[in-house]
Amino acid sequence: MEPVRSMPIAVEVNGVTYERDVDARRLLVHFIRDDLELTGTHIGCDTGNCGACTVHVDGEAVKSCMLLAVQADGARIATVEGLAEDGELSALQQAFSDHHGLQCGYCTPGMLMSASYLLAQNPHPSEDEVRKALQGNICRCTGYVNIVEAVVAAGQGGAK
Amino acid sequence: MSETTASTTVTEKVAAPEKGYIGLSVPRKEDKRLVQGQGVFFDDVRRHGMGYVHFVRSPYAHAKIVSIDVTAALALEGVYGTLTGDEVAIQTDPFFEMSVAPGNQIRDYALAVGKVRFQGEPVAAVCAATRELASDAAELVAVEYEPLDVLVDGQEALKDDVVLHDEAGTNVVWSGVFDWGDVDTALAEADHVVKIKKLHFHRFSSTPLECSGALVEYERGTGQWTLHCNHQMPGVGAIWMAPALRTGIDKLRFVTHDIGGGFGNKICLHPYYVTLCLLARKLGRPVQWTEWRTDQHLANAHGNERTFLDVEVAVKADGTMTGFKVKAVDDCGAFPRYEPLGCIIWAQVTPGCYDWRNIQVDFTQVVTNKSPVSPNRGYSRMQHLWLTERIIDIVAAELGFDPVELRKRNYVKAEQMPYETPNGCVYDSGDYARCLDIALDLVGYDSIEAKRAEAAARGKLLGVGIGSTLDSGTNNFGQSQLLNPELQFSGNNEAATVKLDIFGEVVVTLGTVPQGQGHETTSAQLVASLIGCSPDQVHVRPGHDTWFNSHAGFSGTYASQFAVTGLMAVRGAALLLRDEMVSLAAFVLGAPEEAIELSDGFARIKDGPPEAALPFMALGAIVNANNAFLPPDFNPTLNHRFVYRPYFGVVDTEKKMGKLTLTYATQIHAAVIEVDRETGVVEVVDYAAVDDCGTRIHPQIVEGQVHGATAHALGAAIHEDFVYDEDGTLLTANFYDYHVPHTLDMPPLKTGFIESPSPTNELGTKGMGEGGGAGIHAVCAAVQDALRPAGAPIVYDSCNPYWRIWEMLQDPEATRANVEVVSR
Repeated sequence: MEPVRSMPIAVEVNGVTYERDVDARRLLVHFIRDDLELTGTHIGCDTGNCGACTVHVDGEAVKSCMLLAVQADGARIATVEGLAEDGELSALQQAFSDHHGLQCGYCTPGMLMSASYLLAQNPHPSEDEVRKALQGNICRCTGYVNIVEAVVAAGQGGAK
Repeated sequence: MSETTASTTVTEKVAAPEKGYIGLSVPRKEDKRLVQGQGVFFDDVRRHGMGYVHFVRSPYAHAKIVSIDVTAALALEGVYGTLTGDEVAIQTDPFFEMSVAPGNQIRDYALAVGKVRFQGEPVAAVCAATRELASDAAELVAVEYEPLDVLVDGQEALKDDVVLHDEAGTNVVWSGVFDWGDVDTALAEADHVVKIKKLHFHRFSSTPLECSGALVEYERGTGQWTLHCNHQMPGVGAIWMAPALRTGIDKLRFVTHDIGGGFGNKICLHPYYVTLCLLARKLGRPVQWTEWRTDQHLANAHGNERTFLDVEVAVKADGTMTGFKVKAVDDCGAFPRYEPLGCIIWAQVTPGCYDWRNIQVDFTQVVTNKSPVSPNRGYSRMQHLWLTERIIDIVAAELGFDPVELRKRNYVKAEQMPYETPNGCVYDSGDYARCLDIALDLVGYDSIEAKRAEAAARGKLLGVGIGSTLDSGTNNFGQSQLLNPELQFSGNNEAATVKLDIFGEVVVTLGTVPQGQGHETTSAQLVASLIGCSPDQVHVRPGHDTWFNSHAGFSGTYASQFAVTGLMAVRGAALLLRDEMVSLAAFVLGAPEEAIELSDGFARIKDGPPEAALPFMALGAIVNANNAFLPPDFNPTLNHRFVYRPYFGVVDTEKKMGKLTLTYATQIHAAVIEVDRETGVVEVVDYAAVDDCGTRIHPQIVEGQVHGATAHALGAAIHEDFVYDEDGTLLTANFYDYHVPHTLDMPPLKTGFIESPSPTNELGTKGMGEGGGAGIHAVCAAVQDALRPAGAPIVYDSCNPYWRIWEMLQDPEATRANVEVVSR
């Protein structure tokens, strides 16, 4: 029997439901970027190390290069595009800007998704807790100093 | 000494508003889109009918290509086509080589022709309907290789037993002796001569998180290529590519928007881009290529690896050092590309931070079967500065001097500024000793012995180290003529355009190609300050566009120069615009030009009635849309381009002397580390970075650059190493094996600064983005200091992961044999 090479899936991304036929081998990150054209989620490695592709799947922060799109069938996904509401930056996004927590901005979507997951679990994290929560996200520009500062400040400001 | 100037003198008719926004950390203009995932990176660009490209790469480091068969790949449904080295050899000319004969006989094509010379070298390209199909099809390309002996060591390469490029007949790309002052006399008259047999600066790169790539469109009717890409130096990219493609330079339109980090690693993309251009033309469709991380590590660009041999340092009894000699062997990987320039660029910082007048460097660059290199943050100067800092700390250790006192005794002093180095470069301003004091204060140097004892009680070896560096910025490309007097490159330039548009919006286009340095923000700050409005009213177009933005021959973002070249171009254009706005307002308001002031988005009569004010919108509208009443001899355009050209004069190719760069920012770092005696694991426990880059336009951005350069340096000092085995296989080809700093690896960073404005330009700025690798030097010094009680080994390599430190702990004598002191 021929193996199934593609299948229909339905996912909810940032509140919108998408139904698509996808290749069984298509990575979730490529599905999000290439099929749904949500290009805010980035790719920085091919080994799951860098975290630039971090999104939330059913409330959990995951690296979307480590899942196949078909595994996300039926899931509720949140990407960086869903953080701001009506064009208003979230407190966390604003803190990244205020504290110069980004330079080139390439790692930023993944950082924001990991950090917003942390804040959802632990609204007022310490610096150590922030560093532990972001250890799966690589930034090559900032040395993390201002990113960590931004997340701590967002927690102190009560960001969600 | 402080002669400098722009090509065009801008007469300042009106005094600039006081500092305005200069020196304020205003919100970055780039941030709003980037924190929402709304940046546009090259991989975000789509075109109808585009094909995805995958490269077939060599598994061998050195082999003859016997045959390439693409039949099976082409048979796969959804495959659009392929390209091989044979086609490249027919359709293009080799890229031009910068060196002199025989090094310039190397033939470098977009794809391997006849032979592969490093693992990962592209031998063919496949284009298909999806990324996955392209990758599948690439696996179906059958390449038959005949493996050859492999060369992975720079010193071995000198023997020419194995030769990479038969056309050149030797592995030597370039060699030359730089001899300034009289080093032999200095050594003969020295009280001590410290000899170091070998020091090794390792191979690593800044590995930007966004890999390289492009989407390339070809327009058949005009022969025009458009590259939506992340090349960080398109002007030079086009100089490589256009002759190879046998086309005019205006046929290559580079478009960048947001770029995910560059650090120099996105300067040598021309082989890939030429392949994409050929495929787009051959297949009649847009083609897209996104490099995989593994491919980037294997075959994009590494930083230079350099071995220093037979160092001899002249030291007087009181610690005054009068100079040194060294043989340097630089390993540039399989193809030199941009690289022969690295044979010269270190000379911008010949004596480092020190008042050393007699220096001889016998420099040789060789090819090996490893990835080609390219500029990498700190390019070529970092390696040399590491040598100067190693010299200081080895001399201090061997002769019993205090490393702080020895530095201060030998530093160029603040009162010597501007200081001319023995090779004719001019250090423009700075106070190294003061920066060092600030750094030492920040790490509590006064109480370091107590901390050492406390750490010892915990079984740890604590050490402190200093890295003193200069970040030389704004290259004089005339230094290329020290490499090859026939090269037709010299000076430097950068362009910007500033205009006032119909609705009063100020629009700025830059020749620079930012990758996170915040050029939109700092340009807006400067323009707003000069023409009297808010930075919010200034729109700076993101990225670079060869067709629609201003640019000049050396446009790009590299070599720590935006704060000078980029902003001076913006300044020149803004002043031209300001003068015209003043003239126009004076005409409309019927007042003399001297009476007009520009502020808060209005042109006003100073101390005049409130109604005597024109909003910028009125000025823009008059010129652009309502100009019938302007007299025939008054033609303001409110649209000005300015090319900034720093003045260097001509280099002396005989003596290898000249002003090789314009400004010198200072970075003095201090690291406190602890080494675990049992395992050799090193931890940075305290760290301070002090920066002096003259006038700071946006302090927060400057500090961000300091943080980033420090992180790169700490990664390189402790973890990051491109390690090859004897077969030329790269053992660290991804982020598992090539460990870059994560949040938990980074110590808390303390920063300090002073401002010694540069006399070379009206803004007083200096480029500072690269840093000089100060963290590498500081960690090496700190490791050596920490290990003093454990047999006092000499740190001989720039990368010191736990295993190397463990080896030094086990056998300190092995490294000590590397050093000899001859005293009279």
